[in-house]
Amino acid sequence: MNNLFVFCEIEDGQVADVSLELLTKGRSLATQLGCKLEAIAIGYKLNDIAQQIIPYGVDVLHIADDKRLVHYLTLPYAAIVNDLFAKEKPQIALMGATSVGRDLGPRVSSALKSGLTADCTSLMIGNHEDKKANKVYENLLYQIRPAFGGNIIATIINPDCRPQMATVREGVMKKEVFNVAYKGEIKNIDVKPILTDADFVVSIIERHIEKRKINIQGSPIVVAGGYGVGSKENFKLLYELADVLGGEVGASRAAVDEGYADHERQIGQTGITVRPKLYIACGISGQIQHRAGMDESAMIISINTDPHAPINAIADYAITGSVSEIIPKMIKAYKKNSK
Amino acid sequence: MSGLKIVVLAKQVPDTRNVGKDAMKADGTVNRAVLEAIFNPEDLNALEQALELKDRVPGTTVTVLTMGPGRAAEIIREGLYRGADNGFLLTDRAFAGSDTLATSYAISKAIEKIGAFDVIIAGRQAIDGDTAQVGPQVAEKLNLPQVTYAEEILNVKGNEITIKRRLERGIEIVKAKMPLVITVTSSAPDCRPRNAKHTMKFKHAKTVSEMQDATEDYLQLYNSRPYLQIPELSVIDVQADLVQLGLTGSPTKVKNIENVVLQAKESMTIGNNDQEIEAMMVELIKNHTIG
Ligand SMILES: Cc1cc2nc3c(=O)[nH]c(=O)nc-3n(C[C@H](O)[C@H](O)[C@H](O)COP(=O)(O)OP(=O)(O)OC[C@H]3O[C@@H](n4cnc5c(N)ncnc54)[C@H](O)[C@@H]3O)c2cc1C
Repeated sequence: MNNLFVFCEIEDGQVADVSLELLTKGRSLATQLGCKLEAIAIGYKLNDIAQQIIPYGVDVLHIADDKRLVHYLTLPYAAIVNDLFAKEKPQIALMGATSVGRDLGPRVSSALKSGLTADCTSLMIGNHEDKKANKVYENLLYQIRPAFGGNIIATIINPDCRPQMATVREGVMKKEVFNVAYKGEIKNIDVKPILTDADFVVSIIERHIEKRKINIQGSPIVVAGGYGVGSKENFKLLYELADVLGGEVGASRAAVDEGYADHERQIGQTGITVRPKLYIACGISGQIQHRAGMDESAMIISINTDPHAPINAIADYAITGSVSEIIPKMIKAYKKNSK
Repeated sequence: MSGLKIVVLAKQVPDTRNVGKDAMKADGTVNRAVLEAIFNPEDLNALEQALELKDRVPGTTVTVLTMGPGRAAEIIREGLYRGADNGFLLTDRAFAGSDTLATSYAISKAIEKIGAFDVIIAGRQAIDGDTAQVGPQVAEKLNLPQVTYAEEILNVKGNEITIKRRLERGIEIVKAKMPLVITVTSSAPDCRPRNAKHTMKFKHAKTVSEMQDATEDYLQLYNSRPYLQIPELSVIDVQADLVQLGLTGSPTKVKNIENVVLQAKESMTIGNNDQEIEAMMVELIKNHTIG
């Protein structure tokens, strides 16, 4: 009872990255709270879905498997989640801030009158003192998100209503298997008594979803490499840093020309334009054609052996040194300090 | 087919896209006074979809519903200038502090009050909160189906409506039955500009509160042309339950707000050693740049 639930989004039998990221975060929050981590998978032919989900440290996996549920539809999915939440009374429920999660989340929160915070960039557990009511709430979910076009960071809480619901965007949190041999319980949901014909008034008549491509523009963090990275081999360090921070890898034209990275990753005048929260320029001199594609980044870190590289003029942090030495230090420092 | 009754939900928002240095007060709160109040961009996309339906289905009426302070009447006038037939301003002190759930409740009560409708169209989200919650929550409160992320209404026939949705990596075409709630994304066509004739016709459209400041001959004008009166709806008018409104009706509370300081770029030089790099990473974690 009163556990932490994660709604798992599934496309073509694959659990979405954002859901795995939420399971990773959910696992650590559940451990902190001393409660169980539970997951919900809704779809069709979900025979091997448990193998994808349980290793993230999931204690109970609820599966609703039915032909009519093959693609996401608001009403039947909401009916199943509402029914489950009414029985299980989760204290926290997390969903991806995707077109599915942002369609389902508000529907469920309205039905349960529970409140929902969209697009959180950070989730933490903490207490809250209500001075007026002279009451202390323990172990609330701090739902932290930017607001006002990113000009303020707000911490939202949900003192009295349950579940405390939040959506989080893909790539904001890291994804990490907890234990490949984790033992979780599977509970199959009987959808027959839950679903009615009226739940299927909206039907999908056509669907064209592209296979996942890299999505550098949608990524809040971009780790970009230039000629100074030196080799395709060294570029692997950039992928490692991007993976740890939950970002994507970009490149300058010189790096693309050298074959260190594919053209689709090129940033700049003749590539793509990005505006991430954080841009880490590794071995990039910062010529105007490159800057045209990244100078609106909210924060820029430059790693360059040349303390006078032009990129340093627009960087918030300029680190003087070689990419191959600095990146491992950053990864180590991040792992030590992130929760 | 006789015409459709469409309600468009529109919000007046501070223009957070062009925030200057003076947007934040010294105490870290938002200085709303310097931010221009605008028609929420995706609500304009929603209005266009409604007006297109009106073009296609003769006899259709488009009603703009706005919740906000008195000055939000501006949004209704803008809707009228562009082709809407009428509008309502949902305004009451009791709404102050409402989160999306309390807001949706108030709006759903107002829609019930306005009466029969076939389609409710809203923008996907408002730029001052980016939550995308009010549309689906209004649908839930009214026990209606919803189609979110709509880009185009392809077809209307009888009570059936076909809609193209724009998702992260593709599109979906869905068939639904009216009545329903639709939320429209920014990839939908832009809203048509003001129409000169409508702008003339509704130039003096005012809410009751605005009229109270008007001069004598204006009052006469409003009596002879009742369409110039923009009705205001209060909590009592829509028979809303006070407990479900404002701060008491809002499960989510703001615990804390931090100002993101947008200072002029001044680079910090970080040395090639563990201590300085670790200090930088800790700072980035603390200010939520990295999670
Ligand atoms: C019409 C036109 C369009 C263009 N469009 C684009 C575009 O879209 N995108 C783009 O990127 N460029 C574009 N360019 C090219 C651009 O002018 C630059 O040539 C290019 O950006 C340089 O890439 P770079 O910074 O990786 O390489 P360089 O300029 O060679 O810089 C390498 C940097 O790495 C540093 N370095 C060397 N070794 C190390 C090390 N071990 N560790 C850390 N740092 C090291 C060096 O100090 C130097 O600053 C365009 C040019 C033209 C003329």
